[in-house]
Amino acid sequence: MSENGKIILLHTGLIALLLALNFILPAYHHGNIARVMVLASYAIGYNILLGYTGLLSLGHALFFAAGMYGMGLSIRHLGFSPAPALMMGIAAGALVSVAIGALALRTSGVAFMIVTLMFAQAGYLTILLFGKWTRGDEGFVIQQAERILWGIDLSDANNRYLAALVLFALCLFAALWLVRHPVGRVFVAIRENEERAQLLGYNVFLYKLAAVVASGTISAAAGASYGLLFGYAGATFATVQYSIFPLLWVLLGGMGTVIGPFLGAVFMFYLIDLSSGITNAYMLIAGVALVLLTLFAPQGIGGEFRRRVWGWLP
Amino acid sequence: MDFGPYLMLATLEGAVLAAVLALMASGLSLVFGVMRVVNVAHGELYMLGAVFAWWVTSFVGGGPAVAFVAALIIAPLIVGALAVLADITILKRLEYDPERTIVATIGLLYIMQQVTLMTYGADARPVVPPFNTRLAIPWLEWADGGLQVFWPWGLSITSYKLFVIVAAVVVLLGIRLMMTRSRIGLLMRASQLDSETAQAFGIPVERIYALVFGIGAALAALAGVLIVPIQQAHYLMGGDALLLSFIVVIIGGLGSLGGTIVAALLIGLSDGIISVFFSPTLAKIIATILVALVLVFRPQGLFGGRAR
Repeated sequence: MSENGKIILLHTGLIALLLALNFILPAYHHGNIARVMVLASYAIGYNILLGYTGLLSLGHALFFAAGMYGMGLSIRHLGFSPAPALMMGIAAGALVSVAIGALALRTSGVAFMIVTLMFAQAGYLTILLFGKWTRGDEGFVIQQAERILWGIDLSDANNRYLAALVLFALCLFAALWLVRHPVGRVFVAIRENEERAQLLGYNVFLYKLAAVVASGTISAAAGASYGLLFGYAGATFATVQYSIFPLLWVLLGGMGTVIGPFLGAVFMFYLIDLSSGITNAYMLIAGVALVLLTLFAPQGIGGEFRRRVWGWLP
Repeated sequence: MDFGPYLMLATLEGAVLAAVLALMASGLSLVFGVMRVVNVAHGELYMLGAVFAWWVTSFVGGGPAVAFVAALIIAPLIVGALAVLADITILKRLEYDPERTIVATIGLLYIMQQVTLMTYGADARPVVPPFNTRLAIPWLEWADGGLQVFWPWGLSITSYKLFVIVAAVVVLLGIRLMMTRSRIGLLMRASQLDSETAQAFGIPVERIYALVFGIGAALAALAGVLIVPIQQAHYLMGGDALLLSFIVVIIGGLGSLGGTIVAALLIGLSDGIISVFFSPTLAKIIATILVALVLVFRPQGLFGGRAR
């Protein structure tokens, strides 16, 4: 089988597997996997920037929250129906990522990490400042009646799972298309050697901006969908912790692989889920995982697969 | 109270914050300056200092003064030793790669914070200050016919707060002397300028790095010990402290000790004054955005020289 065939087979196979799981999973895991698929979409967005362009952002919660609040606030205060509200969320994410990208990309390396962290923190505090509209830490619930998209009630577990699967499939194939597209190849060239990419005549700044916007927009789509599917928007999703999570998922799953973010999200989700049954200090697992990954497996699960078995893994 | 005494009070409170901040941020700045490592776990080291201070003072008898002095010595030593251990086991093996060390120190942040939560718990616990006399401060004002001395109600500072300011000044002078006058400071500066050449001249760069990381951590812990009689020890207290010290270090110019101290004064004083008059959330938003913009447009800091 050709490499292209294998790649298509692997990724459609994953989607088909998740579709099949919809009918056999017990209720608890059914809900968890729906959540994981939305979070994995967020991680896919993050991976475009970290894994393919080589830019480590510590402020992606800002994009996730921009999507979530762009959607949530337009339902709550403007009375939008879900479809245009989703669009509002995605547009908010795109807009924020253009602004942040244009500023933060003037820096690089460590400074880029800190600048994104600071902007995300400012975003989080802004949500708290306008607590009258956003209800701050407490957040607000999106009522069941406001979550009916084209006649489909998204609060129903089955519909929710399928909607999450549609979002995940869209993000997965969009990422697959992007990284195999010439633009994605330029991203990788920038990751490998920025100066050489510049020397070849690429406008490195514009390509990096494109990567930030693509990454931020996918993250915002995930944030908006999360709010809509689970009926809640709160400032917790804008905290530093939600910027660290996608980093952790991508590192664990393998940065620079399309399938990695899902693997990382599903592993980490269950690891934290299991440990929170034992202790309330479940973030300890995240900390230990981060240290061990940087020390022993910087390529993550997907990277190891690529090295040992599937050299063609995109 | 009138505006004048009010401002005076805010300035004094700000000076205490500035002193603690200067200690903490100079640790962060030292580590970044010499090792080029951004230690995201710095806030947790500060928290550990405060928690160990509570722990030591509740186990050492002989009155609050003895217990506090014991905490002042033991807590920074333990935290410094822990940091040296982290340097040898983790940072050294990452070869001090800037981006990977940030990810590793984020991991360390959660490990320290969550282990504290599991052992020390989620409560905020106080430490009794060794001395705490209230000192009223006079205020001069023009009244009918001449200058008169007032003792406005509420305008006072405790002796402990004055001690914090003095202690911070003494420690910072000590650090400065160590960096400029001592042999170990010379070795540190040599490793900072060019670690490869320093290595070639037989300087044990890796041991210097471990020492610097330990000293940086001990400074954070010392700040934690000093603040704990004013603010209680809590496992989440590191977050805000980390953010403030980032702000200070960046505005002061990454890795410049002098600039860090000036920036600590600026931020400490303005934070005290701004949060008296405005919403503290708004003050924080302005500060974080300001810092991001400083990094974008003036990466050498407001007071730094040219970027290296």
